[in-house]
Amino acid sequence: MNVMNFLNYLISGISLGSIYAIIALGYTMVYGIAKMLNFAHGDVIMVGAYICFFVMSGLSSAALPPFAAPILGTLVAMVVCTVLGVVIERLAYKPLRQAPSLAVLITAIGVSYFLQNAAQLLWTSSPKYFTSVVGNAQLTLFDGRLTISAVTLLTIAVCIIIMLALTTFTNKTKMGKAMRACSEDKGAAQLMGIDVNRTISVTFAIGSALAAVAGVLFMSAYPSLTPTTGSMPGIKAFTAAVFGGIGSIPGALLGGLLLGIIETFARAYISTELSTAIVFAVLIVVLLVKPAGLLGKTVREKV
Amino acid sequence: MKRIRQMKRSTRNSWFTYTLVVAAFAVVQLLRTFQDGGIGAMLEGQLIPICAYVTMAVSLNLVVGISGELSLGHAGFMSLGAFAGSAMAIALQDTVALSPLRLALAMVFGAIVAAVLGFLIGIPVLRLNGDYLAIVTLAFGEIIKSIVTNVYLGVDANGLHFSFLSNSNELADGGAELIRGPMGVMNSQRISTFTAGFILVMIALIVVFNLVNSRSGRAIMAARDNRIAAESVGISVTKYKMMAFVVSAALAGAAGTLYGCSQTTFAATKFDFNTSILILVFVVLGGLGNMWGSVIAATALTILPEALRQFSNYRMLVYAIVLILVMLATNNPTLKQFFSDLFARLGGKRAEKGGAAE
Repeated sequence: MNVMNFLNYLISGISLGSIYAIIALGYTMVYGIAKMLNFAHGDVIMVGAYICFFVMSGLSSAALPPFAAPILGTLVAMVVCTVLGVVIERLAYKPLRQAPSLAVLITAIGVSYFLQNAAQLLWTSSPKYFTSVVGNAQLTLFDGRLTISAVTLLTIAVCIIIMLALTTFTNKTKMGKAMRACSEDKGAAQLMGIDVNRTISVTFAIGSALAAVAGVLFMSAYPSLTPTTGSMPGIKAFTAAVFGGIGSIPGALLGGLLLGIIETFARAYISTELSTAIVFAVLIVVLLVKPAGLLGKTVREKV
Repeated sequence: MKRIRQMKRSTRNSWFTYTLVVAAFAVVQLLRTFQDGGIGAMLEGQLIPICAYVTMAVSLNLVVGISGELSLGHAGFMSLGAFAGSAMAIALQDTVALSPLRLALAMVFGAIVAAVLGFLIGIPVLRLNGDYLAIVTLAFGEIIKSIVTNVYLGVDANGLHFSFLSNSNELADGGAELIRGPMGVMNSQRISTFTAGFILVMIALIVVFNLVNSRSGRAIMAARDNRIAAESVGISVTKYKMMAFVVSAALAGAAGTLYGCSQTTFAATKFDFNTSILILVFVVLGGLGNMWGSVIAATALTILPEALRQFSNYRMLVYAIVLILVMLATNNPTLKQFFSDLFARLGGKRAEKGGAAE
C-alpha cells in the first residue's frame, strides 16, 4: 500500500462524500421538519444538472469573461430548482399534511417517476456530456506524485461554505429558529405564531437549491447526464443522512463524508463490484450499534 | 345471503377475496379458451407476472400492513427465490420429468432459501424501528442484488461448482451453467403456467388470511398497534414480527421462482430498489392490511403501463400522474369528504368510513 495512493483515494473519497453531504442536507432538513422521506429529491438533482448544462451550452458561443457561464448556469439551476421544490411541495405534499406517512412516501415516489419521465420526454434518454464547471485544471503536489483536480477542491470548498452558512442560518436567523421550533413540535410552534406552512416551503426551497448545487458538482466529476442520473446519488445520500442521524445537519455532513470515503476505499482496495454492498453493510452495522445513527438523538418512548 | 351477513367480518373479507381471485381466474381461462385470439398477446404475456406481483403484494402487505414495518427491500427476497428456484429447476431437468412437479419443487426450494435469508436478515432488522428499519431493508435489498450479481454456479457430473466475482468454474462435458454472474440465468426453463400462478396466489392468500385471523396474527397486530402495551401483556414482539417477516419472505421467494421460470433470461438487476418500490406502491394503493386491495392494485398497475402503450412515450408520465392523483384523492381530507359525500348521494345511504378508497 502506497501512501500517495492512499492520500489520493482519501481526497477523492472526501470529495464524493462532500457531494453526498450536500444532497443529504436536503433529505435531513425536510425530514426534520416535515417528517417525510422526500424520494423525489434525487431527481431534483438531475433537473438542476440539466438546467445548468443547457445554460452553459447556450452561453458557450457568447463572449463572456471566464467562469461567467458556469456561475450563471449554477445560479439559474438553483433558481429553477428552488421554484420546482416549492411547487412540488405545494401541489403534491401540502394536501397530505395530515395523511399517514406512507401515503406521503408513495406520493413522493410518484413525483420522482414524474420528474424522471418528464425529463426523458423533454431531453431524451441519450446521455449528455457535461463539461466540468472549472475545466480540467489540476493541482500537482510532491513532484507529480499526488494530483488533485480542481473539481475536487471546488467540491470540498463549496461543501464547507454551505455547511457554515447553513449552521449560521439555523442558529442565528429568525427563520432558522422557526425551523428548529417546527422540527421540535409543530403544534407548539404554530401556537407561538410561527407560520408552519411557510417554514416548510422555505425548507423545501433551501433543500432544492442545494440539490441544484450538488447536481452541478456531481456532474462535473461524473459527466454522463441522463434522466435517471439522480436516483443512485439520491439513495446513497439518503443512506448518508440516516447514517449520520436523520434530522441532524452535522450528522448529514459526517454521514456523507464517511459514506464517500468508505465507498472510495472499498472500490480501490476491495472490489469495484461489491463497493455498494460494502457501504450498505457498514450502514447496517452502524445502525445496530447506534440505532438512531451516529449523531441522532435517541428518543425514549414514554408509556 | 343471511348466512353471509352473520359471518364474522374477517371471514367475509377472506371469502370475498378468494371468490374474487377464483372468478378472475375462471373468466380469464374462459376467454382464453373460447374467444377468438384469446385475451390478446399483450395480456397473455402479462398473466404470469401479474400472479407473481399479486403474490409479492400480498406478502409485502403482511409486513407493511399487518406487522406495520416499512420494508423497502422486498424485491431482494423475490430475487433470491428467482435465482434459487430457477437454478433448482435446471438442475432437476433430468431427474424430474414432470414439469409442474419440477416447478413445485423449485418453488418450495426458492421459498426455503428466501425464508432462511429472511430469518437471518430479520435478526438485525427487527431490532430497529420506523425509518431506520426501512433503510436497513433497503440496504439488504441492495446487498442481495450486488452479491447475486457476482455469483457463478454450475453443475455437472461431479456435483455443484460455485465461484464468486469471476467465473472459475470448470465444468465437465454435459455440465450446465446455472447462474452466470451479471448475466444472470440464461437458460431458464419456461415451466411456469398461469394455473401455477393462480395456485400460488391462492396459497399465499390462504396462508396470509389464516395467519392474520389466528392467535399469532392478533399478536402481530397488537405489536403493531402498541408495542409497549403488547409487551406488557406478555407478547414476544420480536418473535411475532419475525413470524410475519419470514412468512412474507418465503411467499416472495416462491413468487420469485414463478417469475424466474416464466422468463428465458433474467439478471439480478431486475430485482432492484425500483421493483421493491413498485410492490410497495401496490400495497399502499390497495390499502394497508387490505388483501383484496393488494390483489386489485397489483393487477391494475401491472396492466396499466401496458394498456397505456398507445400513449407510447407519455405512458410512464401518465402513470406517475395517476399515482399522485390517486394518493391525493384517497388521503386529502377535503377530497375524501367530497368523495364520501358523492358516494353517499349515489348510494342513497350513509357512506362507510373510507368510502373514497372504493
